[in-house]
Amino acid sequence: MTKQFANTGLMLNEPLLWEKGGKGKSAFSMPNQDVEQAFIDKDITGEGPNFPELSEIDIARHYTRLSTWNFGVDTGMYPLGSCTMKYNPKINEKLAALSGWSANPLIAEELNQGALEIMYRLADFLKEITGMDAVSLQPAAGAHGELAGMLICHAYFKSKNSIRKKIIIPDTAHGTNPASAALCGFKPVAVKSGQNGTLSAETVAAVMDEDTAGIMITNPNTLGLFEENIKDIAEIVHSKGGLVYCDGANMNAIMGIAAPGEIGIDVIQLNLHKTFSTPHGGGGPGSGPICVNKKLEPFLPVPRIIKQDNKYIISEDFPQSIGRLHTFFGNFGVMLKAYCYIMSMGDKYLEKASKLAVLNANYIKTSLKEVLELPYDRLCMHECVFSDKKLEQYKVTTLDLAKRLMEYGYHPPTIYFPLIVHGAIMIEPTETESKEEIDNFIEAIKSIVCEAKENPQLLLDAPKICKTRRLDETKAARKPILTEGYRL
Amino acid sequence: MRYLPHSEDDIREMLEKIGAESIEELFCSVPKECIRKKPFKIAEPLTEWELESHIKNLSQKTASSDEYKVFAGAGSYEHYIPATASYLLSRSEFVTAYTPYQPEISQGTLQGIFEYQTLTAQLLGMEISNASLYDGSSALAEALLMAVRITGRKKVALSSAIHPGHRMVAKTYLKPANIEIIEMPYLKNGLTDISSASDSESFAAIAVQSPNFFGCIEDLKKIKESIKDTKTLFIVSFTEPLAYGLYKNPGTCGADIACGEGQSLGIPQSFGGPGLGMFAANKKYMRSIPGRLVGQTNDIDGKRGFVLTLSTREQHIRREKATSNICTNASLCALGASIYMASLGKRNFKKLARLNYDKTEYLKKTLKKEGVKIRFEAPGFNEFIADFGKEFSAKYNELKSKKIIAGIPIKQFYPELDGSYLLCVTETKTKEDLDILSKEITS
Repeated sequence: MTKQFANTGLMLNEPLLWEKGGKGKSAFSMPNQDVEQAFIDKDITGEGPNFPELSEIDIARHYTRLSTWNFGVDTGMYPLGSCTMKYNPKINEKLAALSGWSANPLIAEELNQGALEIMYRLADFLKEITGMDAVSLQPAAGAHGELAGMLICHAYFKSKNSIRKKIIIPDTAHGTNPASAALCGFKPVAVKSGQNGTLSAETVAAVMDEDTAGIMITNPNTLGLFEENIKDIAEIVHSKGGLVYCDGANMNAIMGIAAPGEIGIDVIQLNLHKTFSTPHGGGGPGSGPICVNKKLEPFLPVPRIIKQDNKYIISEDFPQSIGRLHTFFGNFGVMLKAYCYIMSMGDKYLEKASKLAVLNANYIKTSLKEVLELPYDRLCMHECVFSDKKLEQYKVTTLDLAKRLMEYGYHPPTIYFPLIVHGAIMIEPTETESKEEIDNFIEAIKSIVCEAKENPQLLLDAPKICKTRRLDETKAARKPILTEGYRL
Repeated sequence: MRYLPHSEDDIREMLEKIGAESIEELFCSVPKECIRKKPFKIAEPLTEWELESHIKNLSQKTASSDEYKVFAGAGSYEHYIPATASYLLSRSEFVTAYTPYQPEISQGTLQGIFEYQTLTAQLLGMEISNASLYDGSSALAEALLMAVRITGRKKVALSSAIHPGHRMVAKTYLKPANIEIIEMPYLKNGLTDISSASDSESFAAIAVQSPNFFGCIEDLKKIKESIKDTKTLFIVSFTEPLAYGLYKNPGTCGADIACGEGQSLGIPQSFGGPGLGMFAANKKYMRSIPGRLVGQTNDIDGKRGFVLTLSTREQHIRREKATSNICTNASLCALGASIYMASLGKRNFKKLARLNYDKTEYLKKTLKKEGVKIRFEAPGFNEFIADFGKEFSAKYNELKSKKIIAGIPIKQFYPELDGSYLLCVTETKTKEDLDILSKEITS
């Protein structure tokens, strides 16, 4: 029998903040008023926000209870495809919380050498990992890095007095790609990947012209496959004066194995909150450094950190730069955790991490293709994608399988993405899951497929033991309630 | 390596199942010409203990508030953060979760963000709020893009008293779309001169920051009045939202969009990031808002629950026609801000804002008494510009060696303000700290 880790346990209900507490309570230790009250013009003062009033224990219990309704990587396996939900080391959290980092970023650089050194060295590490020539750490997330990359492409063509209006984006791309390109006025030209799940050079050659800025390609792609024609594709794009942007969200598969800088990539963003182990925080903050080759270096965002006479200096003196992308230097707190991770791993274990990530994904792929339809049956990289074809006969969907999986104690994989696979189930285990954990996961899926055949109602009714059962998303969108207009 | 849980036996058994001889064989889909040529070299891995000592060492090479008396803000503020906020926020169920795509096992994040949206709307006096953006600068840039989408106009007016970093980012975002930016100058009293945008019918938006970069409270009602019968959107930005515990909030003054940086609401300074991009608007613009939104609904048993909603605005559905490309935001920081706002509550939020005001006014008064000129006379909050004179830089450096940071020289952002310094006072400074500062400055 499959181990079913989830249990109803003891889960406490908890109302909204303003449904508890009472007038006059507070959870804040108010500093003393040691100066006299100053005059203030009553015409411009306001009433202040009508916040709920709670005592400290109310706050502590409120958020503790809320937290128990969440599932995180520390709770269990979180095989969300393309999201690289690996373990987030605790020492990194501790070190990011050191009081020394409570520092103002606009104070003279000689007083903040420690922070600047970390950023400088992290950028160097990322250069080494990607084989690119220069890095900016400013972008605050993957999509922000994509935007930076597109702005850089835009500025590059402008510097050549050329305006290019289109950009090639394959059907396996992340949804953020077209949106990022559009912000720079590039019109996406969709191209289809081939029968084997990767893009052919001919497909690109057919659409690449001198009105096209280049291509935005995810490699390894969202099917978990390495774009094997990448070098030829890059050559075609370059021959028409275009640029190759690589979405590096899936870098976890190829550290130490392939270097984007060596295979014709001009610009790539990394997601520190994926490949480099920084936690995702329930939706951020992340960090999406942008790495470029020599040709594009002049366009990187400012300010940049440079090293001069063993000192770290902040420089804005890059006249061709696209400008600034963050109020200060980007998400330093996130960079610091990634720096700690890389220092702990060294090249040796970073490469091993990629290898084990690929091992885990292939192990799951091989084990589950017995029960799920595998549309692209070949070796995969860091993730594998199944379709719902074998589920359809039991009249259950990918969504039903996902919801039932929660009751076995797992976070569901990414579902219904990529769009080119019907009812996609996209599984990315990462390297930090052990064989034991993965075996249990495989057994859970197998058991659910059995249930689909024998007792599909179990899937259709799931989940029954989570904080809520299936939620009415149509209602939420039709009559949106985004805030409660409460009045105490 | 402790983060990699495979034993040699595990690896062997797994390869056997896959039918491969070695892990290297699994990479055979990477063509030979794509295999890395340059040797991969970073460093020898550090032990946990070596790492800790290395990072601690570096963390001591900063002007942290532990060691220094820092009278600087400029968008990154030192406030007391209750231990509960950092402690509760460090719960791994919040920290190690992804964006809540599966609502049944993400209700903690979802309810937390719904509460954040409600408290934010309440704080800013707006009808709705999103789940957060990256930081104050991207929030302003997104607000301007939203105004351009709504009005179809390609020109915006920005106050020159908006945080320079925010203005620069707005420029970066707007430039490739050929959106023209007019910068409105500031007046002698430190407030924005909106007369250069008097032809308001041609603007998608007029944006001002209040309190502005000089710490001055803008006359928001007057600005709103001047554009009230036009389609021009009124954007009010901020870097110090604690001010709305004392002053009228953007909504009360007629803002269509209120956006800015929320770091001062219980989020550590962390050398400038991560911060919290706050974004609130009136309900009629709901479907044009960038970023994630959490909405209330119920489950099939009728029980209350929360989900990500109105995703047809978003990039993963609408692709290039999306209202923004944002995906990851600043969720954990939003939760932190929420814990902070709820911990203070109505009464103490007001009280703390007033205390910040009183302390700032005290320093202003003390400096004035000693003959220092306070540049702008408009009412302010937390920050102000003091004219110490061009020759003050030697003194400024001397104070640095005494571990006192006497503001930020503002000439780097406003060349005409040579010899002027932007000072910041929060509740973290005692009367004694303020007395010492003025004595040191004027001695």
